[in-house]
Amino acid sequence: MFRDPKKAGAVASPYFAWALIFILVPLAMILWYGLTDESGAMTLANIAAIAQPEHAKSLLLALELALISTLICFLLAYPLGMILAKNKMSSQGIITTIFILPMWMNFLLRTFSWMTLLENHGVINGILEFLHLPAMRVINTPGAIVIGMVYNFLPFMIMPIYNSLAKIDPNVINAARDLGANSVQTFLRVTLPLTVPGIISGVTMVFIPALTTFAISTMLGGSKILLIGNVIEQEFTLTYDWHMGSGLSIVLMIFIVVNMVISAVSEKDDE
Amino acid sequence: MSKELIELKNISKSYDGQLVLDDLNLVIHENEFLTLLGPSGCGKTTTLRIIGGFETPDQGQVIFDGQDITSLAPNKRQLNTVFQKYALFTHMDIAENIAFGLRIKNKTDQYIRDKISYALKLVNLEGFEHRMPDSLSGGQQQRIAIARAIVNEPKVLLLDEPLGALDLKLRQDMQYELIRLKKELGITFIYVTHDQEEALTMSDHIVVMNQGYIQQEGTPEDIYNEPENAFVADFIGDSNIITAVMVRDELVRILDVEFPCVDKGFGNEKPVDVVIRPEDVELVKRGEGRIPGVVTHIIFKGVHYEMEVQAGGFEWLVHSTREFPVGTEVDIRVDPFNIQVMNKPASEDEQAIGVEE
Repeated sequence: MFRDPKKAGAVASPYFAWALIFILVPLAMILWYGLTDESGAMTLANIAAIAQPEHAKSLLLALELALISTLICFLLAYPLGMILAKNKMSSQGIITTIFILPMWMNFLLRTFSWMTLLENHGVINGILEFLHLPAMRVINTPGAIVIGMVYNFLPFMIMPIYNSLAKIDPNVINAARDLGANSVQTFLRVTLPLTVPGIISGVTMVFIPALTTFAISTMLGGSKILLIGNVIEQEFTLTYDWHMGSGLSIVLMIFIVVNMVISAVSEKDDE
Repeated sequence: MSKELIELKNISKSYDGQLVLDDLNLVIHENEFLTLLGPSGCGKTTTLRIIGGFETPDQGQVIFDGQDITSLAPNKRQLNTVFQKYALFTHMDIAENIAFGLRIKNKTDQYIRDKISYALKLVNLEGFEHRMPDSLSGGQQQRIAIARAIVNEPKVLLLDEPLGALDLKLRQDMQYELIRLKKELGITFIYVTHDQEEALTMSDHIVVMNQGYIQQEGTPEDIYNEPENAFVADFIGDSNIITAVMVRDELVRILDVEFPCVDKGFGNEKPVDVVIRPEDVELVKRGEGRIPGVVTHIIFKGVHYEMEVQAGGFEWLVHSTREFPVGTEVDIRVDPFNIQVMNKPASEDEQAIGVEE
């Protein structure tokens, strides 16, 4: 479009400015805060702080809940993606709308509504009581956080998996059947391997926000369950220790970068 | 004729209330190169998919080697398919693609290795074992698709417009390749195409289909030289299809001029259709032929000239190696054995049913 590189540069400049001010500068600030102490001297203490028991515990819990949520999302999304891909023509529009519709609402509002549902005297326990069934204690447990994560992030798992399933030529599946594979063999040897790129991008898109969330854990986990996201948030907003908060953020970023490298490498393999 | 291998009995199939196949009967013999030929939507691919097991007919039976396989799953049938657009497994290399069916059957590694090199040799792609399908050209991918099917030693190979995505030159090469493969393997090929030239070149037996009905069956020569109705005549090659009247046996009145012909048994003063191939229309000097006319168009086609001649109120398509410039006054002459007389259908439906037999 722009054969003159100068012109192309001029058109792109607002985006460069945007990236500089809102991405690169904050990132540099996090690095600077994370690698210095209050006096401004270089230190690795803020990063090593992850080894402190309460920090390590919150990181491990965050990893555990993010992994569980990602796994549940995958197990729910894959069959659903297959149903969607199979019914390309007819019901797809309705089903897609049902799954996309909640995404048009604010994420905090949706999570808030789960609070109302799961509360000890909330909607679900109200129904259970009405049916003379024992009440459940869900709110303020890790289980409630997992529910919130799965609910909020499921569409991000469905979409890439659906896309990779829909891309498979139906004749490729027919070919596997034709060559003697039964439906289980066809799924394991053809369908599943062909959707690996979709699975990886779905996993990345669920795992990273689940690992770093603090809003879901604050609202559904109460103040007792702290994930690494909550710890970092508190360092910034309660104790005002920006150095410690940045140091822990850097640790978290390392996890994210590793995850993204894995997904980038697997995408390259796919090409 | 060799033994019957597949029999389709009274097959009907419809999609969303639309009848695709109506009471279709077909016998396929062992070691035959049979082509299902017809325009898109004629039911040829549906027929193939029913034989392959990817569709179940609403009515009727598929008999394979004496067994009813109508509701047998595709993975249990002794046949393999070469799909349109190849349908290779893009996440496996060529060797694994070819080995797919053999691995399912738990063949030994040694057996699989031997089969892979045999199959690659057969399709002239030795040394391609570790390439990925995406790095191959369309023609090469098609050969791999064939190799992947034949290593399973099927009794029948189904081919669904396998050359449709290739360019003309490659398509012609692949036609000879397929004939050679067919001879070397000694198995039955069932081939689906809309390309009449492809069908005439390769087949032992052609089944012309339209609107879910078989219009005519026979050898390529039968189909070309003696089309049974206007649809077949029109679909196979260029032709002049003219409304005529059968005066009596061996005499037909075309455009109010009487021509001797070789057909009989149509009755007297009976309306018919005649088909005359463009290469069978002779242009001669005014006064030497039967219908006077004038050349209105001429195109050089390489081997011959293609001309349009206005004569007797009909625009005749004529192929000739001699050039007659536009405006030349000529006469049209047709030898008796080059006039093919066909029954006139009373309606579209009857046209289809009448020739089914």
